[in-house]
Amino acid sequence: MTSDSLTLGGAGAADARDGTFLETLHDWVVTVDHKRLGLLYIVYGIVFLAVGGLEATIMRVQLAAANLHVVSPQVFNRMMTMHGTTMVFLVGVPILFGFGNYLVPLMVGARDMAFPRLNALGFWLTAFGGFLLYFSFLGGDGLYGAGSAPDVGWFAYAPLTSTAFSKGHSTDYWTLAILLGGFGTIGTAINIITTVLCLRCPGMTLGKMPLAVWMFFTMSAMTLVVMTPLSAAQIMLCIDRYLGGHFFDTQAGGSAVIWQHFFWMFGHPEVYVLIIPGFAFASEIIPVFSRKAIFGYPAMVAATTGIGFLSMGVWAHHMFTVGMSSHANTFFALITMAVGIPTGIKIFNWLGTMWGGKIRFATPMMFCLGFLFQFLIAGLTGIMLAAVPFDWQLSDSYFVVAHFHYVLLGGLLMTIFAAMYYWFPKATGKMLSQTLGRWHFWLFVIGFHLTFDTMHIPGILGMPRRIYTYEADRGWDVFNLICTVGVAFQALAIVLFLWNVVRSLLWGKDAGNDPWDAWTLEWAVSSPPPHYNFALLPVVRSRRPLWDFKHPEDPDWLYE
Amino acid sequence: MSARTAPILPAPASWRLPDRGIVGMVSLIVAETAIFTIFVVAYLYYLGKNLSGPEPRQVLEVPVFISICLWASSATVELAVRALRRGSTRPFGLWWLATIVLAAVFLGGTAREWYHLIYVEGFTIRTNLFGTTFYSLVGLHAFHVMVGLVGLALVQAFAFLGRVGPEHAHRTHVLGLYWHFVDAVWVVVFTVVYVIGR
Repeated sequence: MTSDSLTLGGAGAADARDGTFLETLHDWVVTVDHKRLGLLYIVYGIVFLAVGGLEATIMRVQLAAANLHVVSPQVFNRMMTMHGTTMVFLVGVPILFGFGNYLVPLMVGARDMAFPRLNALGFWLTAFGGFLLYFSFLGGDGLYGAGSAPDVGWFAYAPLTSTAFSKGHSTDYWTLAILLGGFGTIGTAINIITTVLCLRCPGMTLGKMPLAVWMFFTMSAMTLVVMTPLSAAQIMLCIDRYLGGHFFDTQAGGSAVIWQHFFWMFGHPEVYVLIIPGFAFASEIIPVFSRKAIFGYPAMVAATTGIGFLSMGVWAHHMFTVGMSSHANTFFALITMAVGIPTGIKIFNWLGTMWGGKIRFATPMMFCLGFLFQFLIAGLTGIMLAAVPFDWQLSDSYFVVAHFHYVLLGGLLMTIFAAMYYWFPKATGKMLSQTLGRWHFWLFVIGFHLTFDTMHIPGILGMPRRIYTYEADRGWDVFNLICTVGVAFQALAIVLFLWNVVRSLLWGKDAGNDPWDAWTLEWAVSSPPPHYNFALLPVVRSRRPLWDFKHPEDPDWLYE
Repeated sequence: MSARTAPILPAPASWRLPDRGIVGMVSLIVAETAIFTIFVVAYLYYLGKNLSGPEPRQVLEVPVFISICLWASSATVELAVRALRRGSTRPFGLWWLATIVLAAVFLGGTAREWYHLIYVEGFTIRTNLFGTTFYSLVGLHAFHVMVGLVGLALVQAFAFLGRVGPEHAHRTHVLGLYWHFVDAVWVVVFTVVYVIGR
């Protein structure tokens, strides 16, 4: 299918007005266009991905061998805190909500989000949340010091965050930044929900939405009820720190454990909020590159919402070592293991989609294949950790660190890369280089496995997480060295990716409307899409409207 | 394949989707409910865990009058919206004003209660766990009343200028949903703080 095929709407002529640099900047700052805001989110996330990656590199260099003192313990704690906070709140959430912003209106055949100005507010709240967090490097100590970043860990356990143990303002920056970003995220979630429910084009019933839309919808619905407990807990922390309250003040009868409950009530569902968009990318890309419709659409929808519901009842598996009752332990262990069932259904369906398909090994598909293998292993170690006695042994060890990095890099980041290669042509009109993409893929996969396969072992050998350094006689040295070596490969892969983006923007080959011969509505408009998306609102009759347009002799709606 | 545009399929005979104002407001209410839930849970969890006095029974009076005012304002806002739907802007303005007055009475009552607690009883947010959870939960609700009051007052200002007509009935209805939520939360907060907690 070539670029001259299908157009549901005018070409991008309206976009091609050149202004001065200031005019362009002004256009981007005041924009309420969901596509521009989506790109702003994604670019913002990639910038912080580089920053967070740098922080991780500093930690890995410090841990490369026993008794190293590359950075001071204080700096190490700050890097640890900032790395975690950055990757979750300033990388994962913005990139995924950015894709949601960009894709949902295009996929449901709408001209914009339901509340465009709320959308802009959401982005700028998130953006300034991030700037506030990083300003702490300058302002963390207030007026009486050189400044420092937060160092309380990304989950900021009480009472470490009380004014007695965390002097200066670094923790205040942390809590206010997250509160601010949280409000932005909640606003965007409301927007996505409303767009999906109220702005679908004629004929697109809920059962005919692309799977990605179902998944962004589930993610947003979850965000409403899981991001808010975090906001509530941050408000309580502010009350403790600014007004002298006692929520988490153990000296006055307050509870440190209730902070853990509130935090993980957010923290664990948040992992699913992050990974469900990853599933969304895989569910769009795997069918297109297997040349088959998704296998088991209703089961996929049911599994997605099932994960959404189950994920609300798993938070305390982070707290098995706190000393809960055996009933609570059993409950949380069982629900956690139960999450494996819908997740297994998904993996089965992706495999079912590829089975008998005509697989094209383009870059997006390669990242999705990597995702399938790595995410499976990540899920298996997750089920291991859900077993309470096993968790008692390995909680807060490098085994846990390896597990969740397997989920978030091996699972989520792989699908994000897949999505970047898949939708980059739509957003920019240029193809990313396939050759550089292959280098990116293999370097990243090799680096990832060097670092995170190896990292399980020192965990089993008893290496606790968050330690600054360690003695030479523990048997951890060689594994830590291999972990650090892997970082170099991953860093090189990311640099190649960034170079690929720049190079393709400047000299990339033109993509046309529909470079992958895909089936969802965003490929029916020009690349990049015009401001108004669709000159004429499309009418759909099946889950693959573009298939119907391209194959009027054999449309999907005859069979659905 | 030669250039062609997508065939225009006939739109389904009845294609109606939910109203985005209502869906957006309901989503906001769901999110707010989660925030209040966390504060209510914290309140209940810390009941009776004070290490020092005073206890709720010693300082709290049940605010019957202002609670009735707040709940009554749910009725007046509904009457206002219905009047506007019928196109009668004058009754709308009066019922809307009544809502604002009732809400202001509620806030005034809370202010009086807090003034008494702080300056007469010497009971502040720092005093003990009860103080922390009480002022936070009641204060969070009062904050929502204030935000609602700002919204109500804006509409009232437009009404005074004669800019509110039947075409705005739907928007006032959406704002009314938020107001009902604020009143419903007070049912929970009232029960937790003044009935169970006391």
